[in-house]
Amino acid sequence: MKSINLTLKVWRQERGSDKGRFETYDATGISTDMSFLEMLDVVNERLTLEGKEPIAFDHDCREGICGMCGAMVNGYAHGHESGTTLCQLHMRHFSDGDTIVIEPWRSRAFKVVKDLVVDRSAFDKIIQEGGYISVNTGGAPDGNTIPVPQDVAEKAMDAASCIGCGACVAACPNGSAMLFVGAKISQFALLPQGRPEAKDRVLAMLNMHDELGFGNCSNERECEARCPKNISIVNIARMNREFIKAALLSE
Amino acid sequence: MQLVLRIIRTSIGKKLLMAFTGLCFCCFLVIHLAGNLSVYGGADTFNSYVNHLHSLGVLVHIAELALLVLAIVHIVTGTVLFIENLRARPVRYSVTRRSGGRTWGSATMPYTGFLILVFLVCHISWFIYAGREYQTVYQILTGLFSNPVVILLYCAAVLVVALHISHGFWSLFQTFGLNHNAYMPAIRALGIIFAVIVAMGFGTIPLYLGL
Repeated sequence: MKSINLTLKVWRQERGSDKGRFETYDATGISTDMSFLEMLDVVNERLTLEGKEPIAFDHDCREGICGMCGAMVNGYAHGHESGTTLCQLHMRHFSDGDTIVIEPWRSRAFKVVKDLVVDRSAFDKIIQEGGYISVNTGGAPDGNTIPVPQDVAEKAMDAASCIGCGACVAACPNGSAMLFVGAKISQFALLPQGRPEAKDRVLAMLNMHDELGFGNCSNERECEARCPKNISIVNIARMNREFIKAALLSE
Repeated sequence: MQLVLRIIRTSIGKKLLMAFTGLCFCCFLVIHLAGNLSVYGGADTFNSYVNHLHSLGVLVHIAELALLVLAIVHIVTGTVLFIENLRARPVRYSVTRRSGGRTWGSATMPYTGFLILVFLVCHISWFIYAGREYQTVYQILTGLFSNPVVILLYCAAVLVVALHISHGFWSLFQTFGLNHNAYMPAIRALGIIFAVIVAMGFGTIPLYLGL
């Protein structure tokens, strides 16, 4: 089993109102089979034994599907490997003696709670504005009564694979959440069940996005390059079409 | 009117304004370049082009006014977006890296935009105050481009415009929602080709006249 020694520069911030600073830690004897979060676990274990406060970071499933984890690693959201969350980034992608700078997501809409933990409830607020379909109660409809072409279903599924981790906002030079909103609008816009509320959805979700203090998209494409689910900016274009239809073309 | 204001307030609305005005400027550049290339026909051809253009009379003034309105919209919206985007990340990263999306063109849009504004002010005021009563526009041009410093500054300005286009052209298609996996690579390539044509077309004129 190969092991490496690293130097970590980690953003430490006691609470949101504090100023925050970088602290340097040695991560010695790290197995290259570990994930990035397991490496942090090892460092935290040692910090705890030394009587120091461990580094706070968000995580849950550690399988790359829940969207809880995420931090900027050397300037890359979720680290430099493409199409992966931080928990699925493995230490074999680092070399012995590397210095790793770890920062939380930076956005006006994502306030730092502690260290690397940020409050992403802004995403929940956007979802509450229209990231759903309204279904009245009653008898369950028969399956497959509404035909959906397979390729359309695939596109909707690609958009729906967004786990809401916030890497798009973190990676965007403008701090815009358009990839997130675009994906959430697309997954409904593509399917017949989503059409009845499509117009209200795009306007409401976009207004909330702007209100929360996210930046404006200027097509930098950094978001799709860093998205752990490889969601394409085609979804942003689709949202723009939905916006044009809803705001300009309907009476 | 209320509807228009409501649309403009949204981020996509502002983006659409930038894209629409940008598209108009792309069209203007094509026309402007086509006219300017008549310089290669010699003094008479070029002066005749200038005279024909000016003989349109009121139409020229309408076009000028339209361009002015477009410019104001583009500049004001761009400035608002620039400030809003800076404010969207109050604490900057200590380490920033590109992941392959950002280009030189896209990263410098607000700055190249500002430089183009400075260039436009110089460009337009030069022709207003050049004294067209006693010399032809061709003579103004040759006089202007006999100075190597002017040639250098003009070529630099043209390159800045080309850099702005290299991101702006494909970007406006994306903004209008015209993104399809099948033809987006072609649009991106077309944007680069257009930027190169603008750079070569405008950039070679002072070199031809001055050297």
